[in-house]
Amino acid sequence: MLAAKTIQEQGIHVEGINFFTGFCVEGHTHAIREKDKAKPKRNNSLWVAEQLGIKLHIVDVIEEYKNVLLNPKHGYGQHMNPCLDCKIFMVNKARQWIAENGFDFIITGEVIGQRPMSQRKATMPIVSKESGAGDLLLRPLCAKNLPATLPEREGWVDREKLHDITGRSRKPQMAMAKAFGIDDYSQPAGGCCFLTDKNYSAKLVDLWQARNSRDYELDDVMLLKVGRHIRPQAHYKMIIAREEGEGRFLQGYMKEYVSMSSVSHIGPLVLIDGAPSAEDLYLAASITARYGQGRDAEQVEINVAYQDGSERTLHVKPILEQDMPKAWFI
Amino acid sequence: MKREILNARRLLCPLPVIRTQDKVKQMQVGDQLEVICTDPGVMQDIPTWCRINGHKVLELLSGDHEYTVVLEVGGG
Ligand code: SF4
Repeated sequence: MLAAKTIQEQGIHVEGINFFTGFCVEGHTHAIREKDKAKPKRNNSLWVAEQLGIKLHIVDVIEEYKNVLLNPKHGYGQHMNPCLDCKIFMVNKARQWIAENGFDFIITGEVIGQRPMSQRKATMPIVSKESGAGDLLLRPLCAKNLPATLPEREGWVDREKLHDITGRSRKPQMAMAKAFGIDDYSQPAGGCCFLTDKNYSAKLVDLWQARNSRDYELDDVMLLKVGRHIRPQAHYKMIIAREEGEGRFLQGYMKEYVSMSSVSHIGPLVLIDGAPSAEDLYLAASITARYGQGRDAEQVEINVAYQDGSERTLHVKPILEQDMPKAWFI
Repeated sequence: MKREILNARRLLCPLPVIRTQDKVKQMQVGDQLEVICTDPGVMQDIPTWCRINGHKVLELLSGDHEYTVVLEVGGG
């Protein structure tokens, strides 16, 4: 936001590009979870674009991003976040986009030293070089600490009016936002991508291990964001809705997964991912019963719905908490 | 003037916005698009997207867990 504003202030026409990888936190969980209903569900990038008065192009990169996440040349960050490869990928996409749409150069909000892995002095030239953007990539917030790029050398932008921010502190950005008159400055820069989340990354790794294949579809990525995930055995996992909004969301997947819910008591909708045997379904049903209001009952009636619409009923005793090993919880 | 319908049910934001954006690209100024979604986030996101890109929101309807946005394609 501040990078764009800095360049706009020089009278240059700026438009925004936002890449949707499937792992963006934006909207999803808020949209699914009932308890978040009261919060505004604004899309941050759209909001920023509107504040700046610029157009925003949102690009779906879900398919292409798979290769970035599955084979990051520069490895992962603290969790499953391939930040450096991700930046290279996005700047490369932006490079293609500007060529197709008649723009002259690319700006990003990167700051040297802001992120331990992907925004170090050493990584700045790597992103420029490996993305193919070269010196068409300008970082207005820290440009003065980097060699002059083409837009600066050609005089398209005035280097003197660019910035020299470094380090993790966000104070200079706050001050700059204030100077620009932006009062609701809420640029998260991190915390906006599920791949930096420890629990989410663990679920993703679990999924790959269970399937014996490091691949995913968008639905997998979405389902990892929802519900409680329990794997009682290697060949199947349960996704248990934690509240009504999640239950409604999971309902949309009943044609693709075996599902369960309690008939005799109020309880959550549960999806079963994998290939459970008929026997496994009894254990799964007793776990389902544990998460409903019949958790203390002698017997709970559980309805099992198959993908083809057929159903059966199981009568089970809810499993006791102490009989559920910690390792089951992903 | 053409009127088209876009089914964006089950998609979570920003996907309905992306689908709307891609559909509008193929339409002419003055055409209307009715986007049907299940993510309530669209009630904010599609109007914001329209304001940014110079399109006009004609109607916003919320029903039983379904949300419909009708927009008119503008000149950008
Ligand atoms: S946090 Fe996520 S989106 Fe951001 S650079 Fe890292 S991997 Fe990419």
